[in-house]
Amino acid sequence: MDTYEPHIYELSAPGKHGTNLPRLDVPEAALPTALLRQDGMNDFPELTEPEVMRHYTRISQRNASPDTMMYPLGSCTMKATPKLHEEVARYAGFAAVHPLQDESLSQGALQLMYELQDYLGEISGFEAVSLQPAAGAQGELTGILAFRAYHLDRGDPDRTEVLVPNAAHGTNPATAAMVGLKVVELKSDARGNVDMDDLRAKLSPRTAGMMLTNPNTLGLFEDQIVEICQLVHEAGGLMYGDGANFNAILGIAKPGKLGFDFMHYNLHKTFTTPHGGGGPGSGAVGCTAELAPFLPGPRVRQTASGSYELFTPEKSIGRMKAFHGNFAMLVRAWTYIRTLGAAGLREVSEIAVLNANYVRVKLKDLYPQAIDRICMHETVLRGQIAGAQGIRTLDIAKRLIDYGFHPPTVYFPLIVPEALMIEPTETEGKRTLDIFIQAMRDIAREAVETPDVLHDAPTTAPVRRLDEVRAARQPILRYNAEAFAQILNER
Amino acid sequence: MSISIPGDLRYSTSDEWVRTEGEEVVIGITDYAQDALGDVVYIELPAVGTVLTPGESFGVIESVKASSDLYAPIGGEVVAVNSDLEANQEPINQDPYGAGWLLRIRPSGEEEPLMDATAYAAYCEERAH
Ligand SMILES: Cc1ncc(COP(=O)(O)O)c(C=O)c1O
Repeated sequence: MDTYEPHIYELSAPGKHGTNLPRLDVPEAALPTALLRQDGMNDFPELTEPEVMRHYTRISQRNASPDTMMYPLGSCTMKATPKLHEEVARYAGFAAVHPLQDESLSQGALQLMYELQDYLGEISGFEAVSLQPAAGAQGELTGILAFRAYHLDRGDPDRTEVLVPNAAHGTNPATAAMVGLKVVELKSDARGNVDMDDLRAKLSPRTAGMMLTNPNTLGLFEDQIVEICQLVHEAGGLMYGDGANFNAILGIAKPGKLGFDFMHYNLHKTFTTPHGGGGPGSGAVGCTAELAPFLPGPRVRQTASGSYELFTPEKSIGRMKAFHGNFAMLVRAWTYIRTLGAAGLREVSEIAVLNANYVRVKLKDLYPQAIDRICMHETVLRGQIAGAQGIRTLDIAKRLIDYGFHPPTVYFPLIVPEALMIEPTETEGKRTLDIFIQAMRDIAREAVETPDVLHDAPTTAPVRRLDEVRAARQPILRYNAEAFAQILNER
Repeated sequence: MSISIPGDLRYSTSDEWVRTEGEEVVIGITDYAQDALGDVVYIELPAVGTVLTPGESFGVIESVKASSDLYAPIGGEVVAVNSDLEANQEPINQDPYGAGWLLRIRPSGEEEPLMDATAYAAYCEERAH
């Protein structure tokens, strides 16, 4: 295919326009110079309405999205967003409220936030929830800032180390570093869990806390979790739960009861709010009563008369986000929880785990498992196909595009060479899973028999394989007609 | 996987190599490390004069796959930096023990525990499984 859609500036010609304004009947005035851009970007493209419409519709049709294909990104959890959520989020009562509107005029929105705090707390076993953070990573920052504030508040300033397993997502160590704490890496054991001896050796009076994803990034349950939490607490540290994989244990295990002190919920993963380019994220956080005074505000509480009001916890670390978090995401998450109910949420996790294990068992003869265990909601395989020469996971991922699938997460977690991390989620049925499995099996055969087909992939996508190295080494960060023409010429 | 591990160097668990040249020491990342990272696209190195503490991070290396810290295998003062790498990182992938060197150091005598080539080969082998 490799069909080229011109840039909107290339479609532009002076004088074309989409609307006809009435003739000017007042004296023309120049814009104040203070309001003019000073960076030379004063031109806007000039096009007719059909040109604009067709341009953007054509681009949208080239998009890969859960609306057109299975999207098995592991860890990033691309669930389908039910269309009902979109409708509810667009109700004028939610979509048209202004965050500066008086509380008395926003009671419905505040009630929704209050109920969502309550539901998330109940599902995870935590006392208090703040809906402020805008993504998982920001939830992590919130948690570790709260840990730091908690230790300082107790007059214990020397707790400056955060333990992070080597399988963790990069946002965990980055968070600890951003708070100004020292990252202490923990090894994984042969079963893909935290190495308990290493944990014992690295706990100390300097331990501020530990960050752990459970199920972890290998898609495996940390079955020593209760002991891990005990050890960290005995050392005086706190347990942070990275909730990226919470969708595997809804209604089955409550992190707050397992011993975690704080956790984030990726509403854009577990609770289906749109992800990536589809919408802003939401990384609400929950914690124990002990840490609740440190949560970012404002939170919502109910007054004695039954109305709802905003308040800021007494020792709050401060705001993490303007206004009330990404409110429209909260509406979607609330709708999801209310539509499914407690039993439905548990079923979500059960089916997610079943689907991942179905894929795992059907593929493990061709794609070696990172760890030979029953997995949770995602399975980590290796793109190391027996008998295939010079084939890497990247080639397999690109070939999947030709088969009509978005590739899974690749090269993560970093401790697994040639990792292929597949998360089907509960939203895929057996028919789709079987087609996916067949595609993966066909690709494994091609990898041995016709490896160039993989090296050349994708061939049916609107663009061919990108030169990622050149893009990173010589990035062109702003539209530049000359550079563009040169790149097109080279193709 | 055939990884080059020269016999005359010493190696750290975080995959840096160390070569003694008279009074000074040259360090870089190993062939194993460059292979695991893939094409390097960015590197941040300390300024000449910086004093390194063994085991502490002294810079950042980024490939299309990952971004990692670089850890000092030995302590000492940086006397030269391979600044050509800022504009062109290819030597790190193509010649990690030669043109891809990172720093030249006047050692302080403090060191992380380092491995010889045989021990490092076993360490790489262990992680390939
Ligand atoms: C395990 C894990 N932790 C944390 C994060 C960060 O979450 P977010 O992307 O919402 O910032 C991710 C992101 O994919 C993740 O997979």
